[in-house]
Amino acid sequence: MTIFQKAMTSAAALAISATAAFAEAELTVYTAIEAEDLARYAETFNASHPDIKINWVRDSTGVITAKLLAERDNPQADVVWGLAATSLLLLKSEGMLEAYAPAGVEKLDPKFVDKDETPAWVGMDAWVASVCYNTVEAEKLGLTPPTSWKDLTNAQYKGHVIMPNPASSGTGFLDVSSWLQIFGEDDGWAFMDGLHENIARYTHSGSAPCKLAASGEIPIGVSFAFRGAKSKAAGAPLEIIVPSEGVGWDMEATAIVAGTDDLEAAQKLVDFTITKEANEMYNVGYAVVAYPGIAKPVEHFPANLLDAMIDNDFEFAANNRAAILKEWAGRYDGKSDPK
Amino acid sequence: MTDATQHTLPAGPSIKGKLSRDDIIMRGSMVVIGLYLLITMVFPLYAMLSKSFSTFQFDLSAYEVQVSDEAGATFSNPIRLNDLNEQLKVLEDSDMIAGSDGRLGVTQFFPDFSFRSPVKYRIRNTTDEGRFLVGSTLTDSTEWVELDSNTFRRVQLRPVKSTGFGNFRSYFATPALSNSIKNSVLIATISTIVTVTLAFWFAFALSRSCMRFKGLFRLIAMAPILVPSLLPGIALVYLFGNQGMLKELLFGASIYGPIGIVIGSVFFTFPHAFLIISTALAISDGRLYEAATSLRATPWRTFWTVTIPGARYGLVSAAFVVFNLVITDFGLPKVIGGQFNVLAVDIYKQVIGQQNFEMGAVVSVVLVLPAILAFAIDRFVQSKQVALLSARSVPYQPKPNKKADWILFSYASLIGIFIIGMLAVCQFAALVKFWPYDLSFSLNNYQFDRMDGGGWGAYYNSIKLGLLTAIVGTAIIFFGAYLVEKSNGFKTGRAIFQMFAMLPMAIPGMVLGLAYIFFFNNPANPLHAIYGTMAILVVCTVTHFYTVSHLTATTALQQMDREFESVSASLKQPTLKLFGRVTVPVCLPSILDISIYLFVNAMTTVSAVVFLYSPTTSLASIAVLNMDDAGDIAPAAAMGMMIFYTNAGARIFHLIASRGILSRTQAWRNR
Amino acid sequence: MPLDGSEPYLKIENLWKAFGKFLALKDVSLDIHEGELICFLGPSGCGKTTLLRAIAGLDLQTKGSVHQGGKDVSSLPPSERDFGIVFQSYALFPNLTIEKNVAFGLENTGRSKVEITDRVSELLAMVGLADQSKKYPAQLSGGQQQRIALARAIATNPGLLLLDEPLSALDAKVRVYLRHEIKELQRKLGVTTVMVTHDQEEALAMADRIVVMKDGVIEQVGTPTEIYSTPKTLFVADFIGEMNQIPATAGPSGAVSFGNGTMKSLPHDFTDGHPIIAAIRPEDVIPHGDEAHVLGSDDVVETEENALEVVVDEMEFLGSFWRCRLQHKRFGESELIADFSINAVRRLSLAEGGTMTVELPKNRLMAFERPEAVE
Ligand SMILES: Nc1ncnc2c1ncn2[C@@H]1O[C@H](COP(=O)(O)OP(=O)(O)O)[C@@H](O)[C@H]1O
Ligand SMILES: [Mg+2]
Repeated sequence: MTIFQKAMTSAAALAISATAAFAEAELTVYTAIEAEDLARYAETFNASHPDIKINWVRDSTGVITAKLLAERDNPQADVVWGLAATSLLLLKSEGMLEAYAPAGVEKLDPKFVDKDETPAWVGMDAWVASVCYNTVEAEKLGLTPPTSWKDLTNAQYKGHVIMPNPASSGTGFLDVSSWLQIFGEDDGWAFMDGLHENIARYTHSGSAPCKLAASGEIPIGVSFAFRGAKSKAAGAPLEIIVPSEGVGWDMEATAIVAGTDDLEAAQKLVDFTITKEANEMYNVGYAVVAYPGIAKPVEHFPANLLDAMIDNDFEFAANNRAAILKEWAGRYDGKSDPK
Repeated sequence: MTDATQHTLPAGPSIKGKLSRDDIIMRGSMVVIGLYLLITMVFPLYAMLSKSFSTFQFDLSAYEVQVSDEAGATFSNPIRLNDLNEQLKVLEDSDMIAGSDGRLGVTQFFPDFSFRSPVKYRIRNTTDEGRFLVGSTLTDSTEWVELDSNTFRRVQLRPVKSTGFGNFRSYFATPALSNSIKNSVLIATISTIVTVTLAFWFAFALSRSCMRFKGLFRLIAMAPILVPSLLPGIALVYLFGNQGMLKELLFGASIYGPIGIVIGSVFFTFPHAFLIISTALAISDGRLYEAATSLRATPWRTFWTVTIPGARYGLVSAAFVVFNLVITDFGLPKVIGGQFNVLAVDIYKQVIGQQNFEMGAVVSVVLVLPAILAFAIDRFVQSKQVALLSARSVPYQPKPNKKADWILFSYASLIGIFIIGMLAVCQFAALVKFWPYDLSFSLNNYQFDRMDGGGWGAYYNSIKLGLLTAIVGTAIIFFGAYLVEKSNGFKTGRAIFQMFAMLPMAIPGMVLGLAYIFFFNNPANPLHAIYGTMAILVVCTVTHFYTVSHLTATTALQQMDREFESVSASLKQPTLKLFGRVTVPVCLPSILDISIYLFVNAMTTVSAVVFLYSPTTSLASIAVLNMDDAGDIAPAAAMGMMIFYTNAGARIFHLIASRGILSRTQAWRNR
Repeated sequence: MPLDGSEPYLKIENLWKAFGKFLALKDVSLDIHEGELICFLGPSGCGKTTLLRAIAGLDLQTKGSVHQGGKDVSSLPPSERDFGIVFQSYALFPNLTIEKNVAFGLENTGRSKVEITDRVSELLAMVGLADQSKKYPAQLSGGQQQRIALARAIATNPGLLLLDEPLSALDAKVRVYLRHEIKELQRKLGVTTVMVTHDQEEALAMADRIVVMKDGVIEQVGTPTEIYSTPKTLFVADFIGEMNQIPATAGPSGAVSFGNGTMKSLPHDFTDGHPIIAAIRPEDVIPHGDEAHVLGSDDVVETEENALEVVVDEMEFLGSFWRCRLQHKRFGESELIADFSINAVRRLSLAEGGTMTVELPKNRLMAFERPEAVE
């Protein structure tokens, strides 16, 4: 029992010392950013704003979204910094976001800003869908490289394609919602019917298909571009294909939670999140950022990607998410059970 | 002489004993530990159950609309959407059930709707409850909102929260979900049959033959307990995946699915079945074999009339334990299940993938039922076995039989190779630079800090969790068991406590973890602060593995003389002095067993903690899961093997330490 | 009987104990005096242990009161009562040495280390195990363990010593030896002692008074000789020593009849013609013509009446006497068992199949209620 008590007391002591640290304002910031980046982001922010202390609450996208929704009537967060735009839209539809146009918002790529007059959220960086193609394995199997999404329904790829399950992976869902936007509702589902015939299996995570393609487990993985570039840099015989119809994407974004105790500090933080400096900071982990023209080229990252990004209708994706997933599960999930 | 006294208890109240200081301390402590179990198990489960009944439904009567003429000037009379639906029969009742993020477009109630038309629409909430979106902007007032056709198509109704069976109805109406019940039961049944059969013959070989290396085989058979259940899945990917070493053996069938789950399940449940069955075989009566031999029964007949009946409770018990392990396991089907949906993974997908916590709760409730059933049957069977144990029997002494010994040895070797092979494959994969393109050895895969999943920090967290769980858990559980076993009176209290202590065994880890989210991640809960800390992981793990530890403690305590407490009370010594001076030292071997059990399980558990870890408290087992999930299979294998070596090391340490401690403190055992 | 008319040390009044519906003690009342050694005697399951545990407060009675030393202890927990206890299992702490076991109750009582050590040595010497102090219980024999348990129980000089079947786990020789030891120790210490046993010999040999119990009820309380020579019920008569039981009917008081013959007996309360059991102990049957048969000096045997001509069916030599099974048509199926001295048998030249005359002395022939015929 004593160690437990020690742990408890030391935790309490930590909490006390944390609150005792000097800061004029404190913000509770909910985030799904990778834990290892948190300290770096806070440090960069505090370099220009030493008077505002950030208390991070981090969890995976799903859990932090659920937490925010659960706290709808009694919000604990002041700011959300680094959560998928689709999740922020859910919060917006609950009336939980404080609309605010941060200083300098006009400098951002408009794709990255909420379309409302006073935007409820602003984007930070994007992850973009791509196809990872293992040239060695494909050659062994005698495959020709696909150039478009439609190509992937070709019978030669049967059992050689792998993609994330949209029900459990954000990347999977952005794929599906982009296909419905690119091809339209009916053709979109028809395309997926064809693709399903070739799919070896659906993974839970969005990066897995590319890693599996890299290891040769399955030659073609529908994943996102940055992951492909990383695997290629690690020495995998990969080609990153950007399908000709265009590719879906989602972004990490920032918003103020309505009812924050310290609106002023929250606005200062959001102002910071769209600065050039902040975007350069995002560029370490993301190849595509909201501030145009500053992203450094990433080795092996497909050059034409920015143009291929579709004009993503986040509202469509958010409002139809439940219906799309239900339809998707009905078509492909129930069916895939071996009889 | 006739006895005239009437022998009926006179009316009036019974004597109420005055409580001694010890009674008060013991009852107080029992209440405290009971409260602990209440808070760490009953309340969360209740929170989960109520979540499963919290339904989201579209309430069409909460909205009114008006439509204008072509000119967009004059509007029709307001009409409620439910009346409109009545006329048009667009939607049925079952369409009204939604998730928390459900949306319902309104244009479907207007058959001649066109977004290009100049017709205008007005919509309003009729009650304060009503909510709808225009685009993604929420409207929850009862004011009329006037919209042109193009904007009206962006109107989405939001569901309202209510209580009912809606989630369950929609669960069973969705084949993609409810098929999992069938899948889970099927997989668990097949795995059970295979595991119990294999484990039986293995145990038979070890107890009924004179083959060699029995000790080694016993050691090998227990090895799978030391690794998370995901690890065999990873081994199978390397063996039978598309780039697998033995891929051809599957003749084109895919390892991702039922085949993989069954093979992996056999691996990780084997030690459990083996342990139970070999105990059952060990207590069979040797005299029956002598009798059979003297009756000149054939070995085959002896087998069916003596061996099997003697072991039958063990077999049944093993079967239910394996069934329960497989049906509640999450790690293995997550890794190797492919598109084959099972209940435990469904919970994860609903919660982590879709944030549909209500549906996650529903699947949890569905999963708890077979688990509780299997658990109840197992307890029932175990209670029968006790009678067998107390029979006065003579241990069986096998006689050498060259041919049979050789066959059984070969069989045991095959099983041994299977188990060692799976582990060896993981170790090999972990050491290879880039499977299958670059087979040179490197330690790259051990650079966990470069991968998602928590890095080496996760590994150290796991060790911390293991130690804390072992220390805190052993203290709580053993003391709790002592209180139930040895306190006076307070019958109801003890019965309730005993029930609480048995419950965790029947609760699958996934369910417990999810229940913890509902209970602890609630800002209104004063214990909210422990959410996301190491403390909640310790609490959850202790609770998850409470029952087996409690039973171990109870068994040890029941072997103590019942009258120690009476003697101590008559000598006016505090019971806690007796506890410290006598009970703990005498039960030390069991206490050490409990702590190593908790440590090993804390190192390998995935299911409960997967919902509860935070970035700073990620665990090695979770790292295996997440690295595999992200496609970093080789590092996942490397981390899995780190868990294996740690647990093996802990076991060896435990063995040496307990030998040392025992030889010093248990001198009294030697006559 | 209170020798000096003082209040009893332990006063048990109208004690009931229910286990669910089952009544293990039914309205038990009993007085125990200071310095007495009382034995609870009865068959297994009759409630002896239950009564003992109620006295100790280990299992509280359902109803009724217990006073100890003038104080009402009815609802006190064991730790607030004043007693030492020895269980059948001894319950010695296996991981503590003999001296630590004995010292267990002496700690935390304000005694200094030296005092404790001295007291332990004294106690170990008292039970004759001074040289075993460093051993563990498992290294001692059963009898030695028993004595350690006793030493531990009396270490703190309790006012009451409770012993629950303290000797039943030992083999016969040790048992007989330890009977004396315990009795002697009890005398020396003068401690009021209650001992539970199901062994009548043990009770007869040790007790100042015996409490005979059956089915949760006290059947009789008395000194060993009282219990033996004037049992109040057939149960007591049968349970303690041996007793011939012959179905008969009551005559007028002081007479019983077997078939058509009437015999004189001790006075009884039955009405004429009431079905009874006539009872006499085997050693009380007198072989005719054996004037050497001697009873206690205060007993005058009247031999004129109650003589019978019987057939000797079987004879069994039991070392110090002969056990003979005698038949008589008046007794029907029942055989009369008689124990004759070796001298008497020799003198009368008794042999199986022969006939002889015996007498059933009237002040030894008792009449008891005949139990309902058991199907
Ligand atoms: N805890 C209990 N619950 C139910 N019945 C009991 C309990 N303890 C004793 N009994 C019953 O009470 C009766 C008397 O028991 P006990 O006093 O132990 O007898 P004994 O005279 O052999 O010591 C027995 O029939 C026994 O079965
Ligand atoms: Mg008894």
